[in-house]
Amino acid sequence: MTNTSDTWLLKVEGLTKIYGEPNENSVRLTGPLFGSNICPETDCIVACADINLELFPGEVLGVVGESGSGKSTVVRLLYFDLESTAGVAYFSRYGNGTLNILNESGQKKRYMRNHLMGMVYQNPKDGLNFRFSSGGNIAEKLLMAGNFNVGRIRERATELLEQTEVPVRRLDDSPASFSGGMQQRVQISKAIANNPPLLFLDEVTTGLDVSVQAKVLDMIRTLQQELGIAMIVVSHDLSVIRMLTDRTLVMKNGRIVEQGLTDQILQDPQHPYTQLLVSSLL
Amino acid sequence: MIPSFKKFNSRFNFAFIDENTKREIRRKLLKAICLPGYQVPYSSPEMPIARGWGTGGLHVTLSVIGKDDVFKIIDQGSDASVNACNLRDFVHRVTHCRVTFDTHAATLIQTRHRIPEEQLNDGQILVFQVPQPEPLRAVERYETKTREMHGEADYARMWVSLYEAFVRYGDIMQGAGYPVMVNGRYIMSPSPIPRWDVPNLHQSDCLYLFGAGREKRLYAIPPHTDVVPLEFDDVKFRIEQFPGIRCSLSGTGGAFMDELYNDLGHFRHVINDSDFLDKLVEHKTRPQQWSNKYLQQVLDEMNANPDLES
Repeated sequence: MTNTSDTWLLKVEGLTKIYGEPNENSVRLTGPLFGSNICPETDCIVACADINLELFPGEVLGVVGESGSGKSTVVRLLYFDLESTAGVAYFSRYGNGTLNILNESGQKKRYMRNHLMGMVYQNPKDGLNFRFSSGGNIAEKLLMAGNFNVGRIRERATELLEQTEVPVRRLDDSPASFSGGMQQRVQISKAIANNPPLLFLDEVTTGLDVSVQAKVLDMIRTLQQELGIAMIVVSHDLSVIRMLTDRTLVMKNGRIVEQGLTDQILQDPQHPYTQLLVSSLL
Repeated sequence: MIPSFKKFNSRFNFAFIDENTKREIRRKLLKAICLPGYQVPYSSPEMPIARGWGTGGLHVTLSVIGKDDVFKIIDQGSDASVNACNLRDFVHRVTHCRVTFDTHAATLIQTRHRIPEEQLNDGQILVFQVPQPEPLRAVERYETKTREMHGEADYARMWVSLYEAFVRYGDIMQGAGYPVMVNGRYIMSPSPIPRWDVPNLHQSDCLYLFGAGREKRLYAIPPHTDVVPLEFDDVKFRIEQFPGIRCSLSGTGGAFMDELYNDLGHFRHVINDSDFLDKLVEHKTRPQQWSNKYLQQVLDEMNANPDLES
């Protein structure tokens, strides 16, 4: 396979993150077969290992799994919040897809985060700075992309808040004074401020009440359709996965155990863990 | 035959600090000059005054001073404040260098929070006493983080804090110590000089050295370096405005003013730079001031309305 990027947007091969000191058996002795991600020999934790995935432009990929299965680790590695232990990732919008983005310098990684990627965290505190106003939070992304005109920054922030249905009057208020759903929507505004081709959503609706969940999901789907952003959606909630995604990876103990079209996985799960997951859907 | 070393005739070395330590500080200063705006850590040795009371400036002054230097020191523009007098006496006692009030005659000037109103020239050195060298401290508490931010030129939060100030107050409120971008690379705190002085850092003929003794950092702006105050495309940096205000002693304007209050609560304005004021009042001459577009605007306005009362 060649690394030309005429089809995929993001290609990940052998992505691995290990905490602690692994030995040569650590990856072999952990995983769904052993029901654990703690290496019996060295007690290191294999958060995720041998993750291979491809994401296509405009596609929405779901990552589902129980807590501790390594799904958040995968997106955090790809958004450079964490340093990977091994593996390569190519991003067709950066260096023509020939450079391993995980090996780039901090400065280049920040460039990618600010220009080409967006991230929405489960906890708005991780994605937003509560000491700044919500407008300021959105401005941070725009400023880093070289937009130094206050008037235009405010125009764009207003536009984004309208799009995500946050009252524009609250542009200059701190997100600390917002409700959880509103904070999440400000976070989404910030993430899409520069029209990134790639967006990571990490458990965006967990912790929101059901009606707000529906609104946020609805909004994400609308934005996705309007802007054609490719997304990786991490959730343990199968209804979120069903509603948003085209294709799904199922993770357990740091490995991908099954992948395929979302409908297929939900209708006809093959792996025992997936079957358990689907059958326990309320 | 043993030569007679002069240093044994005195109770301390020339310029107080021992030669090895001076050499260390000079090496760090050279590094600072090579990397304009970059904060170089240094030893900050003990001095007879407490750290935070001008030790950074003294370290730099005493490391670079030579026997032929003519020394001047100002504290917020004044040659006569207690801080300036004491440090001047100290430097004179440990070096026997000539000291002066005359900005033009001085070769080495130490300053606390002002740049002299009179233009500095090729060959002159201005040493700043810096209380807080880290411009990012207000947005990031941790030194390890701020160093990383400088290393990667990650200045988003600095810009957001300016944006926030504009949103909240309608203008960038930072008064003293306005952050500047040096040589297109590092954001630097120019020490708490008023905004009035900030444009004078840009493309100057003289060398600027900054010493922060308590924080143990040195940095520098070499001559002819680009120093640009942070501003937005549509919200510009401005210097302090003294519209129609004249100095009550010299009757002129176009210089940074102090407001002096009397017991009745009335106030009058006096030019802050004492040497500049002396030259205006006693010698009836206006020394050559800095040329920058902000000051030019002020001077043009003043000359257009010459009859305004003080």
